[in-house]
Amino acid sequence: MGFRILPKEIETLWTLFTGPAIWAVHFLFCYVWAAIYCAKRDQLQFGMVFVRGGIGVATVIALVLVAAGGYLAWRQWGFGVNNPPHNKPTEDSRTLFQGFSTLLLSALSFVAVVFTALPTLFIQACWP
Amino acid sequence: MSDVLDPATETRADTDDLERRRAQEKRLREVWATPGGWRYWTSVNNTDIGVWYASAAFLFMLFAGVLALLVRTQLAVPDNDFLSADLFNQAFTLHGTVMMFLFAVPIFESFAIFVLPGMLGTRELPFPRLSAFGFWSFAIGGVFVCGSILFNAAPSAGWFMYPPLATNKEQIGIGADIWLLGLSFIEVASLAAAVELIVGIMKFRAPGMRVNMMPLFAWYLLIVAGMILFAFPPLIAGDLLFELQRLFDWPFFDPARGGDPLLWQHLFWIFGHPEVYIVFLPAIALMAMIVPTFAQRPIVGYSWIVLAAVGTGFLSFGLWVHHMFTTGLPAISLAFFSAASEAVAIPTGVQIFVFIATLLAGRVIFSVPMLFGAGGLVIFVIGGLTGVMVAIAPFDWQAHDTYFIVAHLHYVLIGGMLFPIVAGLYYYFPLISGKLLSDRLGKIAFWLMFTGFNIGFFPMHLTGLRGMPRRVFTYPPDMGFDWLNLVSTIGAFVFASGILVIVVDVVWPRKKQPKAPINPWDAGTLEWLTAPDENWGMRSIPEIRTRYPLWQEKTLRREVDEGRWYLPDAEEGHREALMTSVLDGEAQEVFRVPGVSVLPILCAVFLGGAFIAMTFEAWWTTLVCSVIFFGFLMAWIWIGTAQIPEKEKKDIGRGVSLPLYVSGQPSAGWWAMFITMVGDGTAFASLMFGYFFYWTIHADFTAGSEAPGAFWPLTSLALFLAAWALMAVSKRVNTSGRTTLFRLLLMASLALTVAASLAGLAGPWFGGMDPTMHIYPAIVWVIVAWTIAHAAVGVVMQAFCLVASYAGRLTARYDKDIHNVVLYWHFLMVTAAVTFAVIGLFPRMV
Repeated sequence: MGFRILPKEIETLWTLFTGPAIWAVHFLFCYVWAAIYCAKRDQLQFGMVFVRGGIGVATVIALVLVAAGGYLAWRQWGFGVNNPPHNKPTEDSRTLFQGFSTLLLSALSFVAVVFTALPTLFIQACWP
Repeated sequence: MSDVLDPATETRADTDDLERRRAQEKRLREVWATPGGWRYWTSVNNTDIGVWYASAAFLFMLFAGVLALLVRTQLAVPDNDFLSADLFNQAFTLHGTVMMFLFAVPIFESFAIFVLPGMLGTRELPFPRLSAFGFWSFAIGGVFVCGSILFNAAPSAGWFMYPPLATNKEQIGIGADIWLLGLSFIEVASLAAAVELIVGIMKFRAPGMRVNMMPLFAWYLLIVAGMILFAFPPLIAGDLLFELQRLFDWPFFDPARGGDPLLWQHLFWIFGHPEVYIVFLPAIALMAMIVPTFAQRPIVGYSWIVLAAVGTGFLSFGLWVHHMFTTGLPAISLAFFSAASEAVAIPTGVQIFVFIATLLAGRVIFSVPMLFGAGGLVIFVIGGLTGVMVAIAPFDWQAHDTYFIVAHLHYVLIGGMLFPIVAGLYYYFPLISGKLLSDRLGKIAFWLMFTGFNIGFFPMHLTGLRGMPRRVFTYPPDMGFDWLNLVSTIGAFVFASGILVIVVDVVWPRKKQPKAPINPWDAGTLEWLTAPDENWGMRSIPEIRTRYPLWQEKTLRREVDEGRWYLPDAEEGHREALMTSVLDGEAQEVFRVPGVSVLPILCAVFLGGAFIAMTFEAWWTTLVCSVIFFGFLMAWIWIGTAQIPEKEKKDIGRGVSLPLYVSGQPSAGWWAMFITMVGDGTAFASLMFGYFFYWTIHADFTAGSEAPGAFWPLTSLALFLAAWALMAVSKRVNTSGRTTLFRLLLMASLALTVAASLAGLAGPWFGGMDPTMHIYPAIVWVIVAWTIAHAAVGVVMQAFCLVASYAGRLTARYDKDIHNVVLYWHFLMVTAAVTFAVIGLFPRMV
């Protein structure tokens, strides 16, 4: 078996939470990273630019991951060929439902990650 | 798996068939019977527990409502002396505490315990005795907390108990301890319910109920139970620190010795904000059941509701600091939380639009449940809008701690929770008593409550904007607060009279009233299959093929009632349910459900006794109660779990045969252990958060201390790893049937665990760390003690497995216990590794 760029579909409930979980990790990173900097800034050799840069990098990574998760979800949803409500008593219908719900959650997570990162564009000091 | 019955060609029930059916019903009835006399209270049936639980929560609500009326009476006019300042403080503190902890959360657990089995198409949730234990713990803890005000000893520092006020023993007496210990006890009950609900929803659905067919109520409750699992443990960890400070003077929140009151605010609100959504989502879940029924069509946008539930569940954890906007945290931190607070409005809005769309697409029948549902949504939306306002930090700086916040939170909670609850009460009452509540009284109650609420709470926005702070027991005249407060008080009494009408309606004797039809609202979901006067839930367990089976499969009710589906009998005299797979609901096991038992009550009484005795620092009583509790708990586990069945497989009807004993990852016990340990891990993470929090606020948080050193912690870590490895190996050895080696490995692992624990204690002990001196020894001790306490539980489990192996109830084939214990050990190993690596190495790295 050769190298796959995209992983195979997995049979589990947990993929549903991919997007929100990435949001959570990103959110926590932003909060902890900035909080530690602001608490310890007297002992540190770098400035706020470094903090904001770190959050920028983390945000790009988070968005790429959310988008990749969203793409997999879109694939699981059959690239939108089938329309909801996906309420048939079949494995297919259940998979499509999972794909569609995951896709919706990825979209929400994408927006939420952007929301979280936005303040770093405007706020340039711990206490302005 | 099954052929569909065609009612047209099916042979009519002949006499034999009828007789067989009667015999089956008799056996089922006997097995599921609720005992009579005083033993009625030992029932564990979900319908009994659900009703008791809900009634108790309702009584607590009425009690807290009376406290609110006292508060409003005191505030009606300026310079009033109806209540003393201290009694006023007790009244509002207890009002908030009781409404949040004894009403808002438990009422949903009770609704879920009552109605979920029916919705999911199972006879019972997997751990009914755990539900019973939860209920009795709740009742005991609740009466203890509420009763304190009769002795003028109620908590009086506000429902969020901020230090340094609440930690000061001169300012705040025993009330704070009652709050901390009474509620910790109830939080344990909430976690028990969360475990029960998650395992129930994931593993105990009717066959064929795939995740895309689950009733939306189940989706919501799954998310809510998951949130409880991550939200309550930080509060439990906080309570632990708080109580250690109050009882033993460990300085966690005392700045003079390196502590910080803000840590409590973090831990409290990491719980407190998700809590708002923990009470809001189940209310919306009720609406997701009620709206389709009264629109007489399936919900529009099922997947969108799932998006909203999951999205809200996650985002609600990113909001906690918006309760702390005025504490001087860095502006950039505030901004993150402000942004998340705005983002959560998106999924919240989605669910409201889904309801509107469903109503627009359907043919709406306006009934009392719809009235309360719609009225509640209107109120909630207003609260949501003021929520968006206070999520903006600069506005919050103005509004913080004023009556504007009081108005906002009541709009959110009463609109988003109380009104839907009443809707649910009117909707589901026929499932409890078989009779409908009065339409006329319901409408009167609604209009009294709706107008009373708005008259009472809308003016508070203005009082707040005019600068009236919350929690003042009186105010001078001519501040511009007078008439607004008077109007609020009048509104509060109008609102209360509406509640009174509901109480009258519920307790009104209905002897002469004719029975309601079994599905009075013509709903489409499975819970309306269950007959209120039978304890068995469903006569037989159907295979599910649609989201609204009662609408879409017209013959289903008859097939189920005639026992034509699975498990129509109880030949062996056991309560039984079907365990199914997570995604597709494939039947996996006939699960023997535990029945009537007095053990849950005894456990709750003695655990409660231990907590209550601790409040009064009666250490001997605490110890005795704990020991007795432990004894009953062991008895419960020994005689109530992992029983070896009399045969391997059982025929459940329609030619399907399922195993009676499944261990490891597919089993219910394994899931329960996994979920419990996730919650436990969250509490541990909260303590670690405390450790690093102290590191951030001090230049040198060790205050120059070298203890506990690296040697002892790393020794302990190595020993724990060895003990864990032996446990993992022992499971394999047991499976391969080498019993003697298995027992030897268990013994060796037990000895290693004891050695590891002693080594763990040696670090801080030999380092001479005094936890009352400074925050650093205190936090190290508490983390080590946490880990060692878990190791002690691990030792008990190892000993239990040894005894079980010698007693022949743990064998190579019947090995549930060792699977679950090894799972516990995985978590214990992570806990120990983090603890000892951090306390041994981190101080050296910074």
